Amino acid sequence: MRTKLSYAAGLALLAASTIGFAGPSGGSISGKVTYQGTPARQKPIDMSKEPGCAQQHSTPITTETVVVGPGNALVNVIVYVSAGAADESSPPSQAVTITQKGCQYLPHVVPMVVNQELKVVNADTNSHNIHPLAKINHEWNKSQPPGTPPFSEKFEKPEFIPVKCNIHPWMHGEFAVLNNSHYAVSGEDGGFSLPNLPPGKYTITAWHESYGDQTQDVSISGNETKTINFVFKAKPY
Amino acid sequence: MHAMPAAHATQHHGPPTSFIRKHIFSLDHKVIGKQYYALALVAVLTGMVLSWLMRIHLGWNNAAIPGLQLLSADGAPAGKMTPEYYLELMTMHATIMVFFVLTTAPFAAFGNYFLPIQVGAEDMPFPHFNMMSFWTTLVAFCVLISVFFVGDGPPLSGWTAYAPLSAIGKVAGPGQGTGQVLWATAIGIFCIGQLLGALNFISTVLDMRTKGMTLARLPITCWAWFITSCMGLTAFAVLMPACVLLILDHLAGTSFFIASGLVINDQLLPHSGGSTLLWQHLFWFFGHPEVYIAIVPGMGIVTHVLVTNMRRPMLSMKAILYSLWALAFLSYMVYGHHMFVSGMNPFSSLAFSFPTLMITIPSTILVLIWIGSLYGSKLRINSASLFALGFISMFVSGGVSGFFLAQPSIDIMLHATYFVVGHFHMVMGVAAMFGIFSGTYFWFPKMTGRMMNETLGKVHFWLTFVGTYCIFMPFHYLGWAANVRRFASFTDDFLKPLIPLHQFITVAALFTGAVQLIFIYNLIHSHFKGAPAPDNPWEGTSLEWSMPSPPPWNNFGGKDPVVYHDPYQYGVKSSTGADYVMQNSPEQITAGGD
Amino acid sequence: MAKLLALTIIVIAIASAVPVVMHTWEAPADVSTHGHLIDEQMSETMIEAGVSFLAAQIILAIFIWKFSSFRSDGKTRTFPGGAKGLVIAALVLVGAEIMALGAFGVKAWATVYFTPPSADAIPIQVQAGQFAFYFRYPGPDGKFGLLHPELINEATQNFFGLDPEHDTESRDDIVTAGMAIPVNKEIHLLMHAKDVSHSFYVPALRIHQDFVPGLDLSVHFTATKIGRYEIVCSQLCGLGHYSMRAYLDVMSREDFDDWLKKEAAMQ
Repeated sequence: MRTKLSYAAGLALLAASTIGFAGPSGGSISGKVTYQGTPARQKPIDMSKEPGCAQQHSTPITTETVVVGPGNALVNVIVYVSAGAADESSPPSQAVTITQKGCQYLPHVVPMVVNQELKVVNADTNSHNIHPLAKINHEWNKSQPPGTPPFSEKFEKPEFIPVKCNIHPWMHGEFAVLNNSHYAVSGEDGGFSLPNLPPGKYTITAWHESYGDQTQDVSISGNETKTINFVFKAKPY
Repeated sequence: MHAMPAAHATQHHGPPTSFIRKHIFSLDHKVIGKQYYALALVAVLTGMVLSWLMRIHLGWNNAAIPGLQLLSADGAPAGKMTPEYYLELMTMHATIMVFFVLTTAPFAAFGNYFLPIQVGAEDMPFPHFNMMSFWTTLVAFCVLISVFFVGDGPPLSGWTAYAPLSAIGKVAGPGQGTGQVLWATAIGIFCIGQLLGALNFISTVLDMRTKGMTLARLPITCWAWFITSCMGLTAFAVLMPACVLLILDHLAGTSFFIASGLVINDQLLPHSGGSTLLWQHLFWFFGHPEVYIAIVPGMGIVTHVLVTNMRRPMLSMKAILYSLWALAFLSYMVYGHHMFVSGMNPFSSLAFSFPTLMITIPSTILVLIWIGSLYGSKLRINSASLFALGFISMFVSGGVSGFFLAQPSIDIMLHATYFVVGHFHMVMGVAAMFGIFSGTYFWFPKMTGRMMNETLGKVHFWLTFVGTYCIFMPFHYLGWAANVRRFASFTDDFLKPLIPLHQFITVAALFTGAVQLIFIYNLIHSHFKGAPAPDNPWEGTSLEWSMPSPPPWNNFGGKDPVVYHDPYQYGVKSSTGADYVMQNSPEQITAGGD
Repeated sequence: MAKLLALTIIVIAIASAVPVVMHTWEAPADVSTHGHLIDEQMSETMIEAGVSFLAAQIILAIFIWKFSSFRSDGKTRTFPGGAKGLVIAALVLVGAEIMALGAFGVKAWATVYFTPPSADAIPIQVQAGQFAFYFRYPGPDGKFGLLHPELINEATQNFFGLDPEHDTESRDDIVTAGMAIPVNKEIHLLMHAKDVSHSFYVPALRIHQDFVPGLDLSVHFTATKIGRYEIVCSQLCGLGHYSMRAYLDVMSREDFDDWLKKEAAMQ
């Protein structure tokens, strides 16, 4: 009898504590990013100069400068808090990873916080030479022969950095070095969500590598979820 | 030619007193010669290690070379060589070998030591310039080596540094910024050092010959150094401004070698108006005489060594001499054979190919005279003569591949393949090296007062002779199979079947490289513990054999030697019963002579 | 020791000649209309070089063998004819040989470089840039659109910097990563360098020409055999030089037309 009681009390305590430890605060901003108009056609990539990569794609992959989803969804848009959140004094301890596989950058866009560790992995049987074309940060490029372990880098200033491979001209990706960790990347359905926002006034920026950026101001009070949407104008060329 | 009155050094220097004057900032041409030799030794060992790293990577592309990451963390993560590091090592290997070994050892080292002696002078006419020439060369070497440690490493554009890859800066690739600028600076400084040296060599031959030493009585080595200096004066005088222009393209925003509208790394370059081919013309105008600068002293040394060891002069020393002059003269007219498919006017390609084919003639005359002179001789076999004979074999092998490369239509297939690499390694990397080895074994007794170990010398020769053939003959087969050069990896379909041959070459290269340690050991050990050398161990006739081993600081003891005969009085009856008469011996010769 | 050296030289000379005679390593088979001239030139040169090489090495070896027993009492003998004979032999024999090689070699060279492309040759543009070749076909209008280097965007596969929005001629241009050509049809290859020097080398086609930034060059050729061949860059162009290659597919006319249609649909 007493054991069952203490069990129940323990469970209740656990439940209470979980509710109590719901995170710093409960506000969030979410929404969808869509496009209007006709986006430029994404062209298939011919990887015949690197057969080891070409073989990994039974149908060739396409360029990823404008990736769309059903319902005019615009994918790979980085939605982030550009004003209103405190800059983080120390970056998250978790690293972000970019993987070179099948001569493609996975994921295509990699957001990260200033000074956060970026791990670069070569999962192919050929060399790659990753080259972030940074203009504000220090520009570097590094070869990775196959079978060498991943290496780590970091960026010290906020910047949107196109990434290319010096050896395979079709490889393209984007790094977004941001001031804080309130960011999201729009998915297949164009949706994004920015949770854990304390009450306050925020400027939210949506950035797309081909269509530029847009901003909206949002105020959060309490634990509310605000919805905002972004619509980008697509161009056929 | 009538005898010229003896001239004296315009700057007499007294006997060296301090340690610094004796061994470091020495005005003595002999010390300077030894300093150059030591520099060449350090350079050749460095260049050889670089070639080992290159060969291992080519044979076993994905293997990790343990410890390589200590040399360059970015260049060889976890010991696996990146493609840019391979090219950087290749660039440094070639630059070090061509400039600091092949131009330095046969010309600057032996020439500085023996030219004044062989003409009968106390020293060169400008000893301070001579000292400066060595130290300038050493500074150039230090600046060159510094690229390993600054910026993002050495340049990767090859020793030929073709523009615009070499001119547009770090956008072009790793090492192409600071590394390329330092490279061009080092080469520019090297040119200055060589110009100072050439100045001294030329004036020594023209003005410092002792009494009775007419031009006709000069040993062939003196002529070889003289001809080389004339080439050096004109060739380096073109390379140096070319390097300056290259540096300006990097640092001053000029576009000497950079055309307009170039896009690299997503940037449209701001340059315009420059010429890609201009660099190639300037570089090869230097580059072709340079390879003759590398080989002509060796030809002189080998001729000199062979004559001494055959106990007879060459069939015609005049034919040898005129052939050397012809090589030097023609070397300026052939440089475009490096550019047959470069995009220059195809008529120019034909124009360059005819002198290139013609240069076969003096080369053939040399080979025929060397071989023909062996007929009926009394050939002595020792380390020096073995390397001299090996030189002939190597020069023939390396030379016949020139038949192919001289023709533009065949160059279509062989340009930029391993055939070219095999050709120049055989003539420069082996034949010229054999000239250096031959000179070393021959003159070591005179320079140090001790004999080298003959057994070790012979072992060195045998293993090196067979080893270098095993390395470089297969390069020609690779070239015929269209194996393109300067590839860090062989990933193309048509190249994969050639990898086993590359592995064979790598093993031969590592083995032959290791064999050179026998030579290094012999050099060092004999320097301290070798048997004492007599004044004239080889029974030679030229003036160096008339002085003690090693010679005193003022060569001839303050007196001007007098020369009575031409340098190759062998096969004559001397009053002492010997079969030779020395140049400075007053006795009359009744038979023989040239 | 001298005799051993002589034997070694002979063995090395013969061993070196063996792979050549046995054709162990040689160039890919020629599939061009002009290549036979180059191959004939190569064979002739091989014979002359080979004979010179073997003769020189063997005679060197024989002389080393015979004349190295040092007898201080013996007299030296002179090669019959002395230097004069050898110099004349060099001048006459080598002179004749090189003039012959040079003169006959002009024909092979001229066929590649001094004959203009025929009027109905198919124009194809190739652009070399770190580290890939890209090709452009003019499309049904037969015209190439202008190149705008500032518009080059590798991420969108606009390798040539075309402006289809404003340049109507570039709208039907077909850009490919591999080169396909119909067999037995002359191709006029227009060469453009994007960034640094590169080279277009197709061993099987006996074609080799550098790209020169700032100079738009061209070569022309006809392929005679259907198959897949490799185009490699042979001018050091940076770290990825070794990986810079493209495939050349020589096809029947029908297959080529199909291929071109497929590629056009993917633009």
